[in-house]
Amino acid sequence: MRKIGIQEIEDIATGAALLGAGGGGDPYVGKLVAIGAVKECGEVTLLDPEEVPDDALIVPIAMMGAPTVLAEKAIGGQEYKKLYDMVTQFFGKKIYAFMPIEAGGVNSMLPIAAAARLGLPLVDVDGMGRAFPELQMVTFTIGGLKATPMALTDEKGNSVIFETITNKWTEELARSVTMSCGGSVSVSLFPMNGKQMKEYGVKGIVTRSQKLGEAIRTVKNAENQTPEEHFLQFTEGFRLFKGKISDVLRETRGGFNIGKVVLDGIGDYKGHTAYVEFQNENLAAVVDGKILATTPDLICLVDTETFTPVTTDALKYGKRVMVIGLKCFEMWRTASGIELVGPRYFGIDTDYIPLEERCKGGK
Amino acid sequence: MYKLGIDVGGTNTDAVLIDDKLRVVADIKQPTSEDIYEGILRAIRNVLEVSGVDKSRITQAMLGTTQCTNAIVERRNLAPIGILRIGAPATCGVPPMVDWAEDIQKIAVGSVIIRGGSEFDGKELVPLDEDAAAAFFREMKEKGIKSIAISCVFSTVRNDYEVRAAQLCREVMGNDVHISISSELGSMGLIERENATILNAALWKVAERFTEGFAKSLQDEGVVNAEVYLSQNDGTLMTMEHARRYPILTIACGPTNSIRGASYLSKLKNAVVIDVGGTTTDLGVIQSGFPRESSVAVTIGGVRTNFRMPDVISIGLGGGSIVHEKADGTITVGPDSVGYAISDRALVFGGDTMTATDIAVRLGMAELGDKKLVSHIPEDFAKRAMDVIRSMIEDSVDAMKVSKEDCDVILVGGGSIILPEKIEGARSVMKPEHFGCANAIGSAISKVSGTYEKLIDYNEIPRETALEQAKAEAVELAVKAGAIPATVEIIEVDDVPLQYHPGNTNRVKVKAAGDLA
Repeated sequence: MRKIGIQEIEDIATGAALLGAGGGGDPYVGKLVAIGAVKECGEVTLLDPEEVPDDALIVPIAMMGAPTVLAEKAIGGQEYKKLYDMVTQFFGKKIYAFMPIEAGGVNSMLPIAAAARLGLPLVDVDGMGRAFPELQMVTFTIGGLKATPMALTDEKGNSVIFETITNKWTEELARSVTMSCGGSVSVSLFPMNGKQMKEYGVKGIVTRSQKLGEAIRTVKNAENQTPEEHFLQFTEGFRLFKGKISDVLRETRGGFNIGKVVLDGIGDYKGHTAYVEFQNENLAAVVDGKILATTPDLICLVDTETFTPVTTDALKYGKRVMVIGLKCFEMWRTASGIELVGPRYFGIDTDYIPLEERCKGGK
Repeated sequence: MYKLGIDVGGTNTDAVLIDDKLRVVADIKQPTSEDIYEGILRAIRNVLEVSGVDKSRITQAMLGTTQCTNAIVERRNLAPIGILRIGAPATCGVPPMVDWAEDIQKIAVGSVIIRGGSEFDGKELVPLDEDAAAAFFREMKEKGIKSIAISCVFSTVRNDYEVRAAQLCREVMGNDVHISISSELGSMGLIERENATILNAALWKVAERFTEGFAKSLQDEGVVNAEVYLSQNDGTLMTMEHARRYPILTIACGPTNSIRGASYLSKLKNAVVIDVGGTTTDLGVIQSGFPRESSVAVTIGGVRTNFRMPDVISIGLGGGSIVHEKADGTITVGPDSVGYAISDRALVFGGDTMTATDIAVRLGMAELGDKKLVSHIPEDFAKRAMDVIRSMIEDSVDAMKVSKEDCDVILVGGGSIILPEKIEGARSVMKPEHFGCANAIGSAISKVSGTYEKLIDYNEIPRETALEQAKAEAVELAVKAGAIPATVEIIEVDDVPLQYHPGNTNRVKVKAAGDLA
């Protein structure tokens, strides 16, 4: 058990944005929402998963919608109380703690704001260890949990509780309500007990995000190595490419920011080209026509000098980025994990081959 | 045919004359006066005298000024303002200025979030609460406020809520009220756009001073054949009228100008440029001859905006920075500065305030004023103060470097006398000729630009074709603004789809820039 204050929030936001693998949104607005709540209501208690009783009601808090909409609308502020009341009433039981559902700039932050505003603790766990675009894409789905009852509310005060037959249905229904409600809404989903949380959750993810964020903040302090070497070492990342963005092709389809960023090599990679395909999150990195990494492994773009993560909605011509690959949470590499979030699910016609095997013999 | 470039910093005003081959004919430097007009007038007079150039042959006059940056960094001359945000019940979780430092938050006399605004697709969120807007404007009027910042959720998609609120504002507060609306200033991202709007609103007095000062001084000095321009942060020029309404766009033009000027003077294409002024020091990077652009949102005086600017760190250190000794004996230098009053207030000039310049003179690094007036400063104290300055600079150089390897450093700016000759992390430290006036030179060699922005449905016009057409339009706009066609280059291309918009509609923005004829 420990406290999360403003410096911790800054670091968690940066680290989670890296784990967002291009998605999860720019941490700026999420951070402001969290900082605003902590300034007003005080620091948040972070619980280790093992500190949570098996029968406790644990509820992930998140936002659904497009990152650019969030950057415009933020949140209204009353949503978390509304969600708390809806869930508590549904179960006839009080919520013990909140948790994040994914690591990403925005959804790592909002549960902190919710916890601060309601005076509840936050659990150091999530359901992805990264970000994914659709709500059924969590480890809890592999564990047979359902996203519903899922509570959804917008800033105008409209609210819905979904009960659905599959998580896929929840996704479809929630997505269309999200669009009708203006493109970004607050939700609580995958309500679970402490035992389920401990069995299927990605434990320690808040702390990992914080450590990554702290390391990025202090990357220049490395002794006896370049900041880049230091960065790759502490992230345990594979360097896939370094280049200048020469084109960004995108369109928004069915609520997703879909596209491709094209890179011209710089430094060691001069004369080479690469592209990264994304659907909110980066899905595949292809260098000189060869696939070097695919989902569910994490493909992250970072600034070549500051190593701050670059999200897919912040891609701009001329920006210099390094593409790195990070190994995903083990559970994603099982057959049911790959079925849920592997390359074929996203329409990329290739088998999932772990990052470290694809990169063998490379740079 | 000559170009006159003037740079008004917080401390010094520089002027250069450049001929049509872009050669520096004359350059002068003098202290900025409290009255901007006087300072510019004297600078023009001096540079004309030194050069002997016929004033009627000056066909272009460019002014670059850090007045706005300094006003924000030092929290000086910022006008009290009212902030009206249209966006409730959305956006309330993040009120205006939530992450601003307390000292600058004070510029807002009143701040309110009222109902209204649109969704991403232009659908109404809730109707505009006109009564609440009018009530707020009445309150601001009673409090004597003269400037209002108006922002609105999704005003980049639909600006009519902001326009209507501005209209109400004029009805209530009168025609002389200054109104800044966010849709004129920034792109998507409410908070950054709103931040820029708030700063813009607070800068109206500063803007009035420098635009009027410049116009009047040119007139009075008989420079009557010149087209007049102001430098913008992207290294291109804007008209006077535009600058009066959008002074925030001059933010960071100083760094852009000095980086471009430094590269031009030193012929170095890759280096860290350190521009030491009287109040601040800006560090930028020249990469392949162009300023490196910031990849993150630009922060000015602790306030995040969404402008695209050169990657510059600005620290509160300059020739006029005040040296303090704290109760526990530790020394701090800046961020407060005597600014343009250095020639009155620094010890070496007979003043009563110990500045960074006094420390440099005490240590024999510079010959300036009367060194006897600083001989009472203990050498040990001066050395410790210089250590503070050195570590501030070395930390910043380190932050800007591309790699751990040492880099070339170009020193420019009038305040650079306060820097030690040896800087850790620098392979070479070069001070080019005319180093003191790099800003003014950068301003004089500035380009003129044209920006074309339009919503285009890629299902009707394929992307390739649309971008080609937009580029051609932008080039034409730049040429219309006075650019020589052969020199026009596309400097920015941006196309972003409208979220969820039916079809495949994109906001296409292309910017082209070229040399002035």
